[in-house]
Amino acid sequence: MTSIGAAPKIAWRLTTVIDVIRETPETCTLTLDVPGWPGHRAGQHVDVRLTADDGYQTERSYSIASPPEASRLALTIERLDDGEVSPYLADELHAGDKLELRGPIGGYFVWDVATGGPLLLVGGGSGIVPLMAMVRHRDIALGADVAARHRLPVRLLYSSRRWENVIYRDELHRIAEMDPTVEVTHTLTREQPAGWAGFKRRIDRAMLEMVAWPASEHPHAFVCGPTSLVEAVAGNLVELGHQPVLIKTERFGPTGGAV
Amino acid sequence: MSLVSRGFRGRRQSAETAGRLPPGQYETRDFPVLSAGPTPRTPLTAWDFTLRGADGKSARWTWDEFVALPRQTTTKDIHCVTKWSKFDTVWEGISIDTLLSEAAAKGVASSPYVVARCDGGYTTNLPLADVMGGKAWIAFMYDGKPLPPEHGGPARLLVPHLYFWKSAKWVRELQLIESDTPGFWESLGYHNYGDPWREQRYAGDE
Repeated sequence: MTSIGAAPKIAWRLTTVIDVIRETPETCTLTLDVPGWPGHRAGQHVDVRLTADDGYQTERSYSIASPPEASRLALTIERLDDGEVSPYLADELHAGDKLELRGPIGGYFVWDVATGGPLLLVGGGSGIVPLMAMVRHRDIALGADVAARHRLPVRLLYSSRRWENVIYRDELHRIAEMDPTVEVTHTLTREQPAGWAGFKRRIDRAMLEMVAWPASEHPHAFVCGPTSLVEAVAGNLVELGHQPVLIKTERFGPTGGAV
Repeated sequence: MSLVSRGFRGRRQSAETAGRLPPGQYETRDFPVLSAGPTPRTPLTAWDFTLRGADGKSARWTWDEFVALPRQTTTKDIHCVTKWSKFDTVWEGISIDTLLSEAAAKGVASSPYVVARCDGGYTTNLPLADVMGGKAWIAFMYDGKPLPPEHGGPARLLVPHLYFWKSAKWVRELQLIESDTPGFWESLGYHNYGDPWREQRYAGDE
């Protein structure tokens, strides 16, 4: 069988690890030099392939964290203790190592400034990664154009277990502080720092009513995280009157995962 | 020959599962949920299923009529393009062969391709040959229980020999068509056919 049209094969590429940055106790970001990278859209992912010396291979998908404008590709990896691939990527790889990947993949869970706004981003745990690519893309693409920023405002609702598990915490804080059209709201579901005045429960309908754009604003919604979070958020947004076609979802991890 | 990943050993398949994992896949005991948007919730009183011919003739079943058709139970390995495979999943539903013969009796003519249409707007395309001959079902029970909404309930297409995006959730209609037309993921960079054993994940994969 061949596909309709003559699409070129998405080729495997040999990349070089430039840097491994620890983000949180369980996540790190790989910065990669990818010769000939064809470019990507915020929200897309890549397939990573590992090969053992006897030829055994396995593959996993990882969301791209870097915006299309960046010269290097960044992948943020959550280390799963019982994982086959993520402990290798998080613990074993270091600068100078080679890593095979192909992409970009996925043409639905994508957003760019031409898509329009407002933008509603709801993430849980490492589900923030493709959403962060959107935030970064918007920030770079709009630059000093304040009017454009007001036309494309962002609300991000981000669920983490603890403050120390919040990925990109400082960068999100910096972006929101410099740009009043970016509102970042955290909820910490397991444990909160002393004096925490924010949300401390899983995302529910009441929280979405308080934080999300109302349905009347017709936001473009992107929801990414464990299945339980995505099911709850997408279902609640529909109940709150958001059009299903404007709600795009991506799910990570096992069915039981909860953030 | 691809790069050897320095220091990577990986997990080999157990003797029990050897030969059952297509290339690039890993086994999961879990049942991950993947879909592009919110989960539609159609009450059974409003649910129906249509098999539509290219000429516009169709056969239609209400929920009660549908589940009264001769049922089959099947145990299959399933393979998701996102790399997980799950072994020995148990489904109950109606064979597409049954639906095609019922529809033929109502004058619905055959065509070489089929498009599955679903609540929520999802579509996927298949050659008719891939849903005939005991290879595909409309499943409404999983593991002895009604299929949960997040897994495609009330009913989903089940075509286990292809990547699982072809097993469309929340299916409501099979439309027979004369010329192949890409569905949702097939229009967004995924392979038109999707054979896991040939690793046909994306457009351009051979």
